[in-house]
Amino acid sequence: MISKEAAEQAAYEIMFKAGIDIPDDYLAGIKGMAAAEDGDLSAFVLEAMLENYEAASEDRRPMCADTGVPRYYVKAGNEAKIEGGFIALEQALRSATARATHDIPLRPNRVHPLWRTDHNNNIGINAPEVEYSFEPDADWVDITTVHKGGLFGTDYRMLFPGDGIDGIKRFFLDGMIAFGKRGLACQPAIVGVGLGGSKDTCMVLGKQAACLRIVGDRNPDPEIAKLELELQELGNSIGMGAMGFVGKSMVVDCHIEAGYTHTGGMPMSLHAFCLSSRRATMRLHPGGRAEFRTDPTWFTPYMRRETVSWEKPQSARQSA
Amino acid sequence: MGKAPERKTVRLKTPVTDEALAALELGDVVYLDGLIYTAREGVYKKILADGAAPPAPFAELGNVNFHCSPAAVQQEDGSLHVSAVTATASFRFSKWMKDWFAASGAKMVIGKGGMSEEDYKTLFVPAGAVYLTTVGYGTGALLGRGIKNVKAAHWLDELGIAQAMWVLEVEKFGPLLVESDHAGNSLFERNNREINEGIDKLYEGLKKPSLQRFGETDDREQELI
Repeated sequence: MISKEAAEQAAYEIMFKAGIDIPDDYLAGIKGMAAAEDGDLSAFVLEAMLENYEAASEDRRPMCADTGVPRYYVKAGNEAKIEGGFIALEQALRSATARATHDIPLRPNRVHPLWRTDHNNNIGINAPEVEYSFEPDADWVDITTVHKGGLFGTDYRMLFPGDGIDGIKRFFLDGMIAFGKRGLACQPAIVGVGLGGSKDTCMVLGKQAACLRIVGDRNPDPEIAKLELELQELGNSIGMGAMGFVGKSMVVDCHIEAGYTHTGGMPMSLHAFCLSSRRATMRLHPGGRAEFRTDPTWFTPYMRRETVSWEKPQSARQSA
Repeated sequence: MGKAPERKTVRLKTPVTDEALAALELGDVVYLDGLIYTAREGVYKKILADGAAPPAPFAELGNVNFHCSPAAVQQEDGSLHVSAVTATASFRFSKWMKDWFAASGAKMVIGKGGMSEEDYKTLFVPAGAVYLTTVGYGTGALLGRGIKNVKAAHWLDELGIAQAMWVLEVEKFGPLLVESDHAGNSLFERNNREINEGIDKLYEGLKKPSLQRFGETDDREQELI
């Protein structure tokens, strides 16, 4: 049994980790880009950001004041038991969000869309979002929080099978150029691409691809993996860098997630995470043990299954 | 690190003087010392549209307007603590700026993303004002370090943390980049022009999409297919 106190504490702690400490994979990616950037202003911006990550960790203050819209991803093992069930877990996630917003402090960004009511704790109708996935043969629960800005760098388009890879590239370029100018996408970013599914699934897959996979991770489908690298290269060849200044630092990495879609369509979504790619994960085991990490390992072989029933592949990585 | 060429770096005391602003060139790095205040649509609307008196004389608030809402919290003893600050996108406030410059005497606007060169030439230049952009975005922790004290948070209850008018005492507050100069030139637009020259080439060889989109044309009589 996983206690509700342990769940609340874990959700609270990862809010601090996400808000303050830049994940290692993303930091290494930005350092690499800073070293390779030959646009003067873009390079200046990247160096300032590297300094900013250090300042945040040293001072234990948020790396960015725009908290984005903090949210949770929960992956529950099929054998996991939570004290009080999922209703208690959702209560714990809300309580942790409110406490962390005050204690870190995070900016209370969440307001009612029409009345702009602000409860000053990032809690409201449908906020924070909690998304769920499941994992066979496991008794743990992974809680991941992501703080991603919400205004720019995301788009959706219904493409058609005839548009092919060209259509994907065209939309990718359109989005990167439009949101890259003046740095509205807060690039260089991990860019997530959702391909297929229904419209809503397409958006969800692209967002999860951006926020829940780490720099250097490749899709297990070799052709998709190749396209990920191609799109990254394409984004970095626009001639634009950080803040929209002349340069080549746009895409730290590109992640694509696919979902089976309507036979007549090829919907695509595009999501740029930001220069403050804030994510943190805690795995809760029964009995109280908690393990922190920065790689959510959300997309497991089980998540990407395409057959009727699930059979564990011989080579499946243990517990994702 | 340390690879980017050194940029001209300037430290300015607030209130900023006309002479200091006239010497700023696009792309200079600026750090500020003194008082700055936040004001965005909430404050603009209250003072400019609703006719409220400013919460303190502008002589006491200084002449640097920061487009920002801080990650701040009111402690139980009522004191205010600001941890990180980053700017908010400024282009949305362009419609207020002419009247704001007239009412407040602001000479410097700090924000995210800048405004258009046209705004600089028609709104900023006549007011003798320049625009500085925050870097990143955003260097929330570095800017937060530069805030030494919250002098006041006006209209906090009424407008909320994001929209209140925060008066901040700052020291080595930056880095900021000079985005518009006294002649109304824009660093962003100068970069855009250079980047735009290469854009057609990126699309060369890509076939036309099956379905066109509004936005690529403003003509609502056109069909999309």
